[in-house]
Amino acid sequence: MTDKVVYVERVSITPAAEKVIDRLRAQHGELMFHQSGGCCDGSAPMCFAIDDFKIGSRDVCMGEIHGCKFYMGADQFEYYRNCETIVDVVEGRGASFSLEIPLGLRFITTSRLYNEGELERVRPVAVG
Amino acid sequence: MSYQRPVFKEQYENYIGGKWVAPVDGNYFEDTSPIDGELVTRIPQSTSKDIDLAVAAAWEAAPTWNKTTAAERSMLLFRIADRIEENIEQIAVVETCDNGKGVRETLGADLPLVIDEFRYFAGCIRTEAGSVTKVDPELVTMEIHEPLGVVGAIIPWNFPLLMAAWKIVPALAAGNCMVLKPAEQTPVSILILMEIIGDMLPPGILNIVNGFGAEAGKPLASHPGIKKIAFTGETTTGRLIAQYASENIIPVSLELGGKSPNIFLESVMAEDDEFLDKAIEGLVLFALNQGQVCTCPSRALVQESMFEKFMEKCLPRVAAIDMGDPYELTTMMGAQASNDQHQKIMSYLDIGRQEGAELLCGGNVYKHDKYPNGYYIEPTIFKGHNKMRIFQEEIFGPVLSVTTFKDEDEALEIANDTLYGLGSGVWTRDIHQAQKFIDGIQAGRVWVNCYHVYPSGASFGGYKNSGIGRENHHMMLNNYRHTKNVLVSYNKNKMGFF
Repeated sequence: MTDKVVYVERVSITPAAEKVIDRLRAQHGELMFHQSGGCCDGSAPMCFAIDDFKIGSRDVCMGEIHGCKFYMGADQFEYYRNCETIVDVVEGRGASFSLEIPLGLRFITTSRLYNEGELERVRPVAVG
Repeated sequence: MSYQRPVFKEQYENYIGGKWVAPVDGNYFEDTSPIDGELVTRIPQSTSKDIDLAVAAAWEAAPTWNKTTAAERSMLLFRIADRIEENIEQIAVVETCDNGKGVRETLGADLPLVIDEFRYFAGCIRTEAGSVTKVDPELVTMEIHEPLGVVGAIIPWNFPLLMAAWKIVPALAAGNCMVLKPAEQTPVSILILMEIIGDMLPPGILNIVNGFGAEAGKPLASHPGIKKIAFTGETTTGRLIAQYASENIIPVSLELGGKSPNIFLESVMAEDDEFLDKAIEGLVLFALNQGQVCTCPSRALVQESMFEKFMEKCLPRVAAIDMGDPYELTTMMGAQASNDQHQKIMSYLDIGRQEGAELLCGGNVYKHDKYPNGYYIEPTIFKGHNKMRIFQEEIFGPVLSVTTFKDEDEALEIANDTLYGLGSGVWTRDIHQAQKFIDGIQAGRVWVNCYHVYPSGASFGGYKNSGIGRENHHMMLNNYRHTKNVLVSYNKNKMGFF
């Protein structure tokens, strides 16, 4: 008999961001996240209705936050392997198609580097 | 020279069919200035109903505008350029208020480049000629251009008017009508521009609909009445827009940013002269527009042999960046465009520290004496290595990541080790060395011994994840029109198959 592995999550969420997800879910149904790259509002998570954004066959699913899958492009994920991604929310007026923007709020991600002990137990990712 | 914060109306409307039109649902959002955090005005929070109105108005104008002569369109573009030039100070100060950048930049770069874009394309369409070829003595082939009809554009907030001009001008020059959605952080400058130039435009050729991406951007990008969509922004929304475009089988152009290398080779320090002075400024240009430039030279690669001496000269130049009142001409760096951008930049300052990058200067929020509620960040330089996230991800703030290289090959390897390929810079006194980098860099723009220069006629666009298509060049005209081939036979005899 083997001990069950307790995974360290790759992505987590703050209580404030969970509340925003609840508001958006009531309005738009089931949701998902995709971390963006590039200019302007890039390097930030985008929240969409689950069927609106087509997940690419190479996109990486890093885990679930408050019932929403969190994805990232495979090449960008290479630079996120060693840190926990924490989804938070701030006041602001991002420009993108992310659903929270009309609320005058913006999801952002912060990061925390894993220590060596944690790195061995990080949850495996799913691709596509 | 100091300017005053402009006075705005309490509320603006959409600009549709040559008229100011209230949003159908009657909702507005508050536009604030990042300089002081205070209200600017109220802006329509439009929906698909407003996009439908605008697309219909554009199609009403299209049959006439699509068939205007190049001479007519050229004259209109020249006249618009003159009108903007006559009002340059007013428009520049509005842009400063809405975006946060100093008037030093809006007056010295943004608006002059907008004006030049109109004049450049006005000239291009008068000098064009199609192609006619005799395939054989009795068969002639002709390539004829026709406008697409009505096109759409979604504009970013970092250069609100310039990025709008890069899309509006080739579209109108090619004979199209347009529906444009400005960024929600910076919606007002283009509305002021329409107040200034609206009387010159045939109604419906240029329609401005404001609102949020999910509510107004999506219905525009997915509208079956739009025959091409142009977008500048980030990669996930770029993918989404390409996805919507695929539903209607229309072309899409995407400019999605970069993580541009700025390479300084040791010959730069061979003399202590004006060129060295220029190269030092070249490194400090990461702070232009508060770093909110798609081509921000946010990775400096400095040859190891001169690293310390070169940085000794650069750091005082960064320390000398004047962060005074953005309405003063002497101020070099203003506010970040919004609170969420400010917070995001702070998160990357934290990531840089966690990853063990060495902080050479800055690294904190800047507390502005006059505007304590504005969004300011100290110009910041980290030293680290290219695998760190601060070297790989676009921070879109005044944050430079600097590293060293031993030789040309290593410099090229680091320069190209990025997901993006928009801008790049090479600084050297050796023309052969310059050629090696021009050839080896995978990016749509290589600046040699200069940076952040954007003349009309110099194409702009990216390799890799930086996007699809080019702007700011006459080749863009063909992105906004069909090519119709006409084959004319002067031979009276049948082909002989049947």
